[in-house]
Amino acid sequence: MSNLGQPFLEVSAVELILGKRLLLENINLKVGAGEILTVIGPNGAGKTTLLRVALGLQKPTSGTVRQRPGLTIGYMPQRLHLDPTLPLTVRRFMALACNNDQGKILSLLAEVGAAHVIDSAVQTLSGGELQRVLLARALVREPDLLVLDEPVQGVDVHGQVELYQLISRLRDQRGCAVLMVSHDLHLVMAATDQVLCLNRHICCSGTPESVTNDPAFVELFGSAAVQSMAVYVHDKDHHHDHCSTCGRRSAND
Amino acid sequence: MIDDFLLRALFGGLGVALVAGPFGSFVVWRRLAYFGDTLSHSALLGVALGFILHVNLTVGIIVICQLLAILLFYSQRQRQLASDTMLGIFAHGALSLGLVALSFMEDVRIDLVAYLFGDILAISNGDLGWIFIGGGVALAGLLWLWKPLLAITIHEDLARVEGVPVDRVNWMFLGLIALVVAVMMKVVGMLLVTALLIIPAATARRFAGNPEMMAVLASLIGCLAVCLGLYGSFQWDTPTGPTIVVAACIVFTLGFLAPRGLFLKDQ
Repeated sequence: MSNLGQPFLEVSAVELILGKRLLLENINLKVGAGEILTVIGPNGAGKTTLLRVALGLQKPTSGTVRQRPGLTIGYMPQRLHLDPTLPLTVRRFMALACNNDQGKILSLLAEVGAAHVIDSAVQTLSGGELQRVLLARALVREPDLLVLDEPVQGVDVHGQVELYQLISRLRDQRGCAVLMVSHDLHLVMAATDQVLCLNRHICCSGTPESVTNDPAFVELFGSAAVQSMAVYVHDKDHHHDHCSTCGRRSAND
Repeated sequence: MIDDFLLRALFGGLGVALVAGPFGSFVVWRRLAYFGDTLSHSALLGVALGFILHVNLTVGIIVICQLLAILLFYSQRQRQLASDTMLGIFAHGALSLGLVALSFMEDVRIDLVAYLFGDILAISNGDLGWIFIGGGVALAGLLWLWKPLLAITIHEDLARVEGVPVDRVNWMFLGLIALVVAVMMKVVGMLLVTALLIIPAATARRFAGNPEMMAVLASLIGCLAVCLGLYGSFQWDTPTGPTIVVAACIVFTLGFLAPRGLFLKDQ
């Protein structure tokens, strides 16, 4: 009970230098219970590197990463580089993480809308199917915190909207916190509570609305991109509904 | 007498093929073919070590393979050279160093061809012991590591987040591979060890629906290649190690041409 007020994950004053390259500089972030924090930034901004530091996979040069004691993390990697010679069905891929609990595998795949691929080879999945399966795998250990690396990568626009909605829904139903990375500026804004704009250092952070008006944000992404996003942020409720209907129609693509 | 050496060759070959199946599967899944090659190229250095220290030559080979595996593990952490370049340097460096070291030992004459291509017909009872004890230890170890190793093969970082001790498992796997390569040397020789690891596994792929099935099938296909190779070699008086590999290639080709749905419903 005394843990309640403590953030799930806290990154303080983190700096990372590999070789002679400064990859991360003075990074501070906190993810609290039930919160969605999205890290956005251009290619090479260090987004994945930051996730790896937060997960404890990469030791920072200085600064600290604190996870709440006993925290369970569900991790969704950016992609799988599976050799085509490895015969692996989705069922087996899931079973590896949960001691072959078939009921759990089925219910998790159903929860993310991927039950129909349960006996397919992992290598034959489409981009959207693979992302859903990876998400289901991340949920296996009933995590307090989901860490998602580019969760909508390789997915068409309708599928992206659907996936972001799925992530919000998982947060609402399971009450888990979410830390995710995206290089997409538009759709993610409707699905997140907090945004952190990264370009090796933190350019700006806050709610989607406040960040899009920040001069540092405009400077990082260019004014044209920012103007086109205004639609998404200000019109997000309408956009949301509109796309959820057309997204559903194309769910079987 | 004839029966004796043929039986020993058969048992040795089958033992090696059984062990090679599961290990070869991981070599294929993890794209370690060049890694296996590099380890086997160091065998002559192990022979030289065995002569210098007056220990069993197989022990010498095992020690050198283990040392090279450790060296390779660390060298892959640097980013200056691509890993295939590193492996090439180690492979040919070790091979040449072994040849040079042996040439310094004037009172030692070894049958180079036997080490390069194997001499299965000269397998002694002692060699059989090495194959079955070494191979048995390696298989038991692999069985123990199976699940975490599979998780690492699928995604290393994911396995790490889920609590798999990735570095320790990788270490142990490399150690086991080095042991397998060392005991396989006698049968197919250092130049062909990798062939017996990857060809049966690659053949099994088309007929396997899960990783375990592929490993078992690879073992059986390897055994088939050993039997065919021994028979062919005896029939046509051809070198045995290469004949086994040719047999494996023929089985691979036939498997490749076989209709896909023959043994496995399409996935």
